[in-house]
Amino acid sequence: MSFDVPDDRRYRESHEWALPTDDGIRVGITDFAQDELGDVVFVELPDEGESIAQEEEFGVIESIKAVSDLYAPVGGEVLSVNEALFDSPELVNEDPFGEGWMLEIEGADEAELDELLSADEYEDQIA
Amino acid sequence: MPLQTPPLRGIHADRGAKFTEFGGWDMPVEFDSIQTEHRAVREDVGIFDVSHMGQIHVTGPDATTLMQRLTTNDVTRLEVGDAQYAAITDEEGAIIDDTVVYRLPDEDGHATYLFVPNAGTDEATHERWIGYRNEFGLEATVDNQTDEFAMFALQGPNAADLLEDVSEDAPTELGRFEATYATVAGVECWTARTGYTGEDGFELVVPWPESETVWSELECQPCGLGARDTLRIEAGLLLAGQEFDLESNPRTPYEAGIGFAVDLDTEFVGRDALVEANEAGVEEQLVGFQLIDRGVPRHSYDITNAEGRVVGEVTSGTMSPTLEQPIGLGYVPVKYADPGTTLQVVVRGRSKKARVETTPFIDTA
Repeated sequence: MSFDVPDDRRYRESHEWALPTDDGIRVGITDFAQDELGDVVFVELPDEGESIAQEEEFGVIESIKAVSDLYAPVGGEVLSVNEALFDSPELVNEDPFGEGWMLEIEGADEAELDELLSADEYEDQIA
Repeated sequence: MPLQTPPLRGIHADRGAKFTEFGGWDMPVEFDSIQTEHRAVREDVGIFDVSHMGQIHVTGPDATTLMQRLTTNDVTRLEVGDAQYAAITDEEGAIIDDTVVYRLPDEDGHATYLFVPNAGTDEATHERWIGYRNEFGLEATVDNQTDEFAMFALQGPNAADLLEDVSEDAPTELGRFEATYATVAGVECWTARTGYTGEDGFELVVPWPESETVWSELECQPCGLGARDTLRIEAGLLLAGQEFDLESNPRTPYEAGIGFAVDLDTEFVGRDALVEANEAGVEEQLVGFQLIDRGVPRHSYDITNAEGRVVGEVTSGTMSPTLEQPIGLGYVPVKYADPGTTLQVVVRGRSKKARVETTPFIDTA
């Protein structure tokens, strides 16, 4: 089975992705991660304005069969969260790199982004 | 110890199944998605490979006596083709296992039984039967046929229609908990109107070498153990190792809510203890609950009363695909067991409000 690993963003070993946008860094989980979890039924995210550090737990994702912590690929302030996930957590399964995004973080350190895996490196990890 | 594999493991793998270890067996847990599989069973029909379930065959002049003394229900009520749910209890009346006992056609003039212990317990159960047979001095043959038969569960409102498509003598006239031999996809299978989903359906005991033919002809949504679990939780049915476990969670049938499967007028191992337990009444009992707050209850999470004092533990929980609500089962003191009682479940350190509900959570067939 092969999974999407778009090369426009960077990755954490724990299967989160980080994508630079005009406003900050957008964060979500990968196609591989959503497939491992199966049907996502609940996502718990931090409040807007909350500060999180790189590698800190920022939330929880529950599927029917498992529960998993979410780790911040970069630190900063939570600019926005994807509230659509509260009513439609299945977006994480359907479109993990797009509509299923979780957070937008502002004020992140560029160096933290550079520490993350490239798409190629992440692809090797899940191969 | 290497995992036992069901006969169709390769076929399931080719179909894209994910696998999990369960009771010493390497079983498909998910083919497409738990929700898709769950919905197929509730609305249409799905098929499960449950070859990890044991099959033990008992016959001989004293077969009935042996079965009667080792299961909690009254096997003398069974006519050929009847099925009966029962518990297997120890001397203290604690549940070792739960099982379905089928009365097969008589063999050599003797009442003959097939019963289905849970995954991974067939060897210990077989030894238990042999041990008591010898101790009681009974004349009965006890065969562990777990490796000779695959078992498939065809479940859902359209299960009977699908069975008719591939069986000229489809026994669609069978009532719940009745069984017979029928030719399915050209293979003679013990075909029972039983299941573990709360839906109408059939369980087929299929000779292992011919299992591929039967599986491939019963074309419908393949379902894994993931959906089997969400379906049985909605139906309020027990899972060995979770709702009862002789080592970690010893429970009497009364505590577990299966007192209906205990007949105290019969003589069986554990009966005297259960007479006392029945007279004394239970202190704790299994209840169903729904979380009112957001979250998913899971096995071993604490249950507290409304004031936050721990009063019990979740045995099983999930997000119900049918109700789209988090539901679970767990043991609580009887004073918290009435439907409507407010409790809390501690989900990863946070108390989530819960309400006791009647089980099954859904309308069952």
